[in-house]
Amino acid sequence: MIEARDLQKSFGSTQVLKGVNLRIEKGESVVIIGSSGGGKSVLLKLIIGLICPDAGDVIVDGQSLCGLSERQLIQVRRKFGMLFQGAALFDSMTVAENISFVLRREAVLSEKEIAEKVGDALDMVQLTGTELKKPAELSGGMRKRVGLARAIVYQPEIILYDEPTTGLDPIVSDSIDHLMLKVCEKLKVTSIVVTHDMRSARRVAGRILMLHQGEIYASGTPSEIFSATDPVIHRFVNGISDPQEHVF
Amino acid sequence: MTSGLGSRVKDSLEGLGNIAILIKEVFHSIFTRKPPLKDLLYQIYFIGLKSQSVVLITGAFTGMVLCAQTYFQFHKVKMDTATLAVVSVSMCAELGPVLTALMVAGRVGAAIAAELGTMKVTEQIDALRTLASHPVDYLVVPRMLATIISLPLLTAEAIALGILSGYLVGVHFLGIDPVYSWHNMQRYTETVDVIMGISKSVIFAVFISAIGCFKGLNCGQGAEGVGKATTEAVVYASITILISNFFLTLFLNRLMAIL
Repeated sequence: MIEARDLQKSFGSTQVLKGVNLRIEKGESVVIIGSSGGGKSVLLKLIIGLICPDAGDVIVDGQSLCGLSERQLIQVRRKFGMLFQGAALFDSMTVAENISFVLRREAVLSEKEIAEKVGDALDMVQLTGTELKKPAELSGGMRKRVGLARAIVYQPEIILYDEPTTGLDPIVSDSIDHLMLKVCEKLKVTSIVVTHDMRSARRVAGRILMLHQGEIYASGTPSEIFSATDPVIHRFVNGISDPQEHVF
Repeated sequence: MTSGLGSRVKDSLEGLGNIAILIKEVFHSIFTRKPPLKDLLYQIYFIGLKSQSVVLITGAFTGMVLCAQTYFQFHKVKMDTATLAVVSVSMCAELGPVLTALMVAGRVGAAIAAELGTMKVTEQIDALRTLASHPVDYLVVPRMLATIISLPLLTAEAIALGILSGYLVGVHFLGIDPVYSWHNMQRYTETVDVIMGISKSVIFAVFISAIGCFKGLNCGQGAEGVGKATTEAVVYASITILISNFFLTLFLNRLMAIL
């Protein structure tokens, strides 16, 4: 279970999060939507302890992350897997080395077992045979799929997706959506997806949270959110800009 | 103006404090965890082996020019055979460690800052942290250990080649008597000079790697941030080497006298 209590975060004079409260149950698939620059990725990084909040607290399975040292946070992060917006693959390593990074560090499995696990993870993301390629040789969609394989290979309990379909064509986006659903179904993990791709949100969410002006503005099932009459939600999910914000 | 100066002093002190904390973290990690051997070997190859040409050229030409200049001055007072002794002591205690460290700071310090900086702006360091790995264990420890192992060896090479090239220039081009020169060099160069030079190189290695890693791990956003971090790593490491060399010379001389 993940809980955020009154999370606040500022960068310089800009307050990005003004008091976020949320609770995500084990096994839930939650999508966080909101405008660009609205603090969605910041919220994700706060949940995994990559950055510290100015105020408030994040609690993961009853353990507060605030005040933990980097080495203590490492123990908590073993529960997490994260797919970054740009995949964040280690560019000095091959695909197989990227995926097997955690397995090799743990040094519990033999080379043969590691190779099998890497092969299974690549099968799952439909990239069999790319083990020896370097990240620079892969397309954007392939990089994201390798990033996902790296995040799931050690079977974490919680997976965080930071804009998994941004910058991809509709077909590749669709395949990433299917992949997220498959991971959720097969591994029974808790998923938190940050996106502003409404098609993707509708497809993968069990519950949608809308972040607006630094706070959770709305929470509900996809059908509740997509049929909402509230002007802020309605405009966002249907992609209707505010006439007052028109430049021309 | 006063507040601007105050803030710069505060930033500098904060930076020094953070580098000290990083060095403490590295030594804590070295003594409590097994360093990644494959990465350590690669870093020794990159920092030690790949710096050979730069360091050897620096050592050789420094020895040669030092020999020539010393000879031109000593010749006036008929002290030609003391030339090699000056070259040897200078190379061992001062020029060898300082010039080698400056060359390595330019090559390796910049490379470390640029590599870690690029990893930071492409979120690879965040990815490392989400994979439950500490950046100090995985990125900083191999680089610092490799620099600590490589720099004293590079310094020893530069010293040896500097003395050898000085000897060749002195004896074959300037006509200094080889027997007296060699005798004087051995007479005036003490083990203490060599120990001092190698001790300095170990401390310079810590400075170069710590500053390079710190600047890379804390670089600003985008290409501009990486460029700035790289420049700062070289400039700060070079200044630190030159300033600390003075204090190290005083301290090590006193220490050797006591011992």
